[in-house]
Order: sequence, then structure tokens, then C-alpha cells
Amino acid sequence: MVPTSFYIFLAALLFTIGAVAVLVRRNTLIIYMAVELMLNSANLAFVAFARQFGDISGQLFVFFVITIAAAEVAVGLALIVTIFHTKHSVDIDAMHELKG
Amino acid sequence: MVAYWIFALVSLLMVLAALVAVTNRNLVRATMGLVLVLFGNAVLFVLLEAYFLAVAQVIIYIGAIAILIVFAIMLTRHVGDAWGPAFHRAWAWAVVVAGGLAVGLLFWIAHWPAADGKAKSPVDPQYTKLLGKALVAPDGYVIPFEVASALLLAALIGAIYVAWGGRRVKGPYPQRSEEKEA
Repeated sequence: MVPTSFYIFLAALLFTIGAVAVLVRRNTLIIYMAVELMLNSANLAFVAFARQFGDISGQLFVFFVITIAAAEVAVGLALIVTIFHTKHSVDIDAMHELKG
Repeated sequence: MVAYWIFALVSLLMVLAALVAVTNRNLVRATMGLVLVLFGNAVLFVLLEAYFLAVAQVIIYIGAIAILIVFAIMLTRHVGDAWGPAFHRAWAWAVVVAGGLAVGLLFWIAHWPAADGKAKSPVDPQYTKLLGKALVAPDGYVIPFEVASALLLAALIGAIYVAWGGRRVKGPYPQRSEEKEA
């Protein structure tokens, strides 16, 4: 049986890769994929701890995370497509109307 | 022992695929890298004896979310994927911040006594039943479950409205302009 810490190390590594990509990449779709990557690494940690403590609450949380991720992806991709229609670009630096 | 080999192979593949997903300039290749990571996560869920979540992962993430991303790529494709630098100009700061994050996470895990233990108890063979009961039990997670379903419905309707651009449609089908003139 693989120890829980292996899974947690893998989850931390994947989370870091996703965080770097969110900060560094300029393409909005890639940033979306990186957010999905981070959500997945958190799910992995949840399931690993659910097994370690013999408790299904962790798995239920993963269930809800998957639901919220589906909702987030639907809204986010609709926004990206709409922004692309007005700006003809999915570059994150092109979206500076809010002066953020 | 077999579980260790599967874990090593799958985790190596996942890290490589994640790197492909976030560094590749070709959006479709990046999406395929993401799909590989999602599938590796499903394999690890099976190793962790979370069979229901493994199937849900494949159906929802690979079957729905990845396909949605592919559709978004096809809808935004003409301009762009080879325009300008792929990385933001302040990438060095981002690497510093993320390196700090990685060091902090690893330090925290390495110094945390709960993380290096083995599983306390084997997973209940009827755990899918327990999962389903917990989702509808009044003293379980029935309220979050219902709220999540309402949220999903609201988000999907909102996504349709946003993507439609708030246009008003009179008839049952959107009419073309030449049909209106005629």
C-alpha cells in the first residue's frame, strides 16, 4: 500500500506546476487548464486523506469540488468566448479595461 | 509492490503531462496533456480505492470539461496561439512566488506527523452505498448537495446567456437577417 505522503507530495508538485502556469502564461485558456490542474491536485490530497483516516467525508468533498469545477468551466469558457468576440484575442494582457 | 510500480509510473506520467499542458504553445496539445493528467488522477483514485470517484472523474472531467475546453479552443482559434511571447514579462517574480509556495508546501508536509502514516482502516467494501446515503441523509450532506445542483443549473443557464450575448430572440428559432428582410 502506497503511503499517504507519496500522494501528498505528488499533489503538492502538481499544485505548484499549476500555480506557476497561472502566474506565468498569457493565454487565458492555458490559465484555465492550470486552474483545473490545481483543483485536481487538491482532489488527490482529499482522497488520499479520506483513505488514511477511513472517512468518506473527503470523498464527498471531492464530489462537490468536481461539481463546482464543472459550473466554473461552463461560465468561464462562455466568458472567454464572449471576450474573444469583442477583443479578437484570448491574451490576458489584452483585458485591461478594469485597470487591474 | 505492484501498487508502488503503478504509482511511480502514473505519477511520473502525470508530472510530465502537466508540464506539457502548461508549457506547450499548441493549445490542443496542452489540452491532451491536461486529459492525461486527469486520467492519471482517475488511476490514482482506483489505487486509493475510491472507485466511484474514479468513474466520476473520467465521465465529468474527461468526458465533459476537457471537451468543453476543446470547443472553446475551436471557437477562439483563428488569432493567436503563435502571437507574442507565451510567458508574461514578469515571469521571474512568478517563479520566485511559486518556488516559495513549493518550498512551503514541502516543508509543511515533511514536518507533519499525520502525513506519513499508513491507512488506519481498510475501505468499507460497501462504501459506494455509504457515499450515496451520505449525500441524501438529512444529517449528512443533503443541503450542500441540493445547493450544488441549483448552483450548477444557474451556472449553465448563465453560461448560455453570456455566450448568447444577451440577444433577444422573438421566434422559436434565431432568424437570419435575410429571412427577416424577406
